[in-house]
Amino acid sequence: MNIPANLQYTNDDEWVTVEGDIVTVGITDYAQDQLGDLVHVELGEVGRTVAKDEAVCEIESVKTVAEVKAPVAGEVIEVNAALADAAEQINSDPYGSWIFKLRVSAPPTGLLDAAAYQAKIG
Amino acid sequence: MRRTPFHGRHVAAGARMVPFAGFEMPIQYAGIREEHLATRARAGLFDVSHMGEIRFRGPKAEASLTWLLSNAIRRMEPGQAQYNALCNERGGVVDDVFVYKLADDDFIVCVNAANREKDFAWVTEHDREGADIVDEGDDWAQIAIQGPEAVEIVDLLVDFDARAVPRHHFRHASFADVDGCLIARTGYTGEDGFEVFVPAGDAPPVWDRVLDAGVNHGLVPVGLGARDTLRLEVRNALYGHELNDDTTPLQSGLGWIVKLAKPGGFLGSDAIAARKDEGRVVVGMVVEGKRIAREGMDVLSEGRVVGRVTSGTLGPSVDRAICLAFVDRELASAGTRLTIDVRGKEAVGVVVDGPFYKRS
Repeated sequence: MNIPANLQYTNDDEWVTVEGDIVTVGITDYAQDQLGDLVHVELGEVGRTVAKDEAVCEIESVKTVAEVKAPVAGEVIEVNAALADAAEQINSDPYGSWIFKLRVSAPPTGLLDAAAYQAKIG
Repeated sequence: MRRTPFHGRHVAAGARMVPFAGFEMPIQYAGIREEHLATRARAGLFDVSHMGEIRFRGPKAEASLTWLLSNAIRRMEPGQAQYNALCNERGGVVDDVFVYKLADDDFIVCVNAANREKDFAWVTEHDREGADIVDEGDDWAQIAIQGPEAVEIVDLLVDFDARAVPRHHFRHASFADVDGCLIARTGYTGEDGFEVFVPAGDAPPVWDRVLDAGVNHGLVPVGLGARDTLRLEVRNALYGHELNDDTTPLQSGLGWIVKLAKPGGFLGSDAIAARKDEGRVVVGMVVEGKRIAREGMDVLSEGRVVGRVTSGTLGPSVDRAICLAFVDRELASAGTRLTIDVRGKEAVGVVVDGPFYKRS
């Protein structure tokens, strides 16, 4: 599994970048592999205020559905509209396919680095 | 967790293994969509060794099955296969099964993996004729070779003309140099193809022999994930979803295998006849938009719950979200628009007749 060293990770198999007060979230290579062929992303609303661990988006594969959660409280300022008709892009390029961005007042805590995430997924 | 004789081949091929009905089974190899489309376009190889086999032998075998099963067992010729429902006294479905008639006094009943123990207990308890009934579930491996090129692949592995085996018939012959196999022109995918029963002890090399034979025919290994999407596109019922101990086979659209008029009836026939106009029925729906209706979701009409989804997916060949559901029977006619509660959001499902996918 590809686990880039320059990203941070959640226990819910999301990758996260933090730039100032903007937090960008996608799902990991491991997550897309576990879900299988992705067919639809329900991107959710821009402008919504979400709590930590609240579902922002849903991604559906042929066999199942998963929520993508906010790793930290914030406001959803952007969703990746390019994924609306191209969910399979997450399968082919999970780290190039950000899903949503949050504006936060405090940075996320409890994130894993690449080595810790590798250890978690085994 | 039990393993099939081909377990090592799946692991070596990098399949994702999951627990299913007490077995460790491959859910996918390259991916559900790719495996599904490969089966429709050319050919797929499935390990279905988890399925159970119950042998009925002796002079009472035919009479025993005629009572226990819903279809016209007495009309079968040796070498013929027939789909049947095994029903309880209330007319509910204990299992859906395929019967293979080897000889006038020798039958193999292929049962769902999840129901192996239940079915064997049921038939031994309810056989009123005195057939010789043996659980041969561990004695057989089973593979399915499905798709338009399956017949050409099977033809390379047998010493008869595979093309000459009619649909729902089989040969008791050697396959890939293993004697005593059943090579049946049956399947669950909606494609032409074969299901082959192989004596379990001789089975392991057969997997690679079949893949080698299929190398010029686009044959790929296919997991349970695509097996489910393939069957759903052609509306084949799956036990535990569209069939269960409480609903009758008529409610599930299996009237064509229910011979209520057969002489002497069968176990459950009186109850099925009495319940003929009762209860919800299974419908197929195409779901509008991109959300996917899934098992367990409520079906509504005018704000009232009128049914429940039993199976749902995105059909890779039809490229639409499709589902099966039990709904109130007055809402079962084609064209009826119903609402499906997809995690709190409404999706429209339109009832359609017949399979979602038809072979061209």
